[in-house]
Amino acid sequence: MNFLIINFFLISILLLTTFYIFKTTSLISVVALTGIFTLVCAAIYVNLDAVDVAFTEAAVGSGISTILMVMAVAKLPEGKKNELLNLFPSILLSVSIVIVLLLIITNLPLLGDPNAPIHLHVTPEYIKESKSIFHIPNVVTNILASYRGFDTLGETIVIFTAGLGVIVLLTSNTLNRKTKFKKKVKK
Amino acid sequence: MVSGLFIIITSQNYIKKIVGLAIFQTSVFVFFVSLAKIIDGTAPILNSTNDVYSNPLPHVLILTAIVVGVATSALGLAIVLQIYKNYGSIEENEIKKVELKENN
Repeated sequence: MNFLIINFFLISILLLTTFYIFKTTSLISVVALTGIFTLVCAAIYVNLDAVDVAFTEAAVGSGISTILMVMAVAKLPEGKKNELLNLFPSILLSVSIVIVLLLIITNLPLLGDPNAPIHLHVTPEYIKESKSIFHIPNVVTNILASYRGFDTLGETIVIFTAGLGVIVLLTSNTLNRKTKFKKKVKK
Repeated sequence: MVSGLFIIITSQNYIKKIVGLAIFQTSVFVFFVSLAKIIDGTAPILNSTNDVYSNPLPHVLILTAIVVGVATSALGLAIVLQIYKNYGSIEENEIKKVELKENN
């Protein structure tokens, strides 16, 4: 029961943070609020027994991404008072998605039910065998690095590609639209 | 989760759109991890005092997804910087005005 109360508390903090992200116009405070959002998410992960995920979220999601955003915002102008675009269709879309999701959630097994289908296949073998095969007590590490090593390899490729893209975007001067525009006019 | 989508659609500012995307992602992650929870279970690190562990498989998937999410938002920020260089603004309606001016 304690677990549920803590979870509700944390999720209400999340909702509050999202509301303020929506409301504020100053970009630097939006970035700070995002940092808060991901840190609270890390707390939720700890509460849900996902310690490794909480680690990664706190280090990568809350640390590195906030640093990147601060670096970007430092080069950008202040946010302006925003008039909302597409207010009515987006409210309609959001409400309909919420209704569909709630309908789906009623079909899911209860939170923490040990007999849910997700817990009955594959995972019992992972938990039983991984210690004797790899001699590491942390099952998450075993799956990440050994059972599903190729997944992780693919992830590294994705990150490498994203890094390349960022470098190309930030260093290229040929992309300048205005010079291209002028050339077209001259021709 | 839907509030992230709402922010993406309604904000003018590109940085805010990226933040909305991050919120969307993170809430899906929370949902995924919540499926792995078992009542009275502990973190999936084997020890002698416990028998019930939460499901490690969603944790692994989400670990991968978090890092990929940061990579995508970094790419998005780089694109926004490039847009600012070329248009002098990161607000959607101002960029539209500039485009209209040049087309006429």
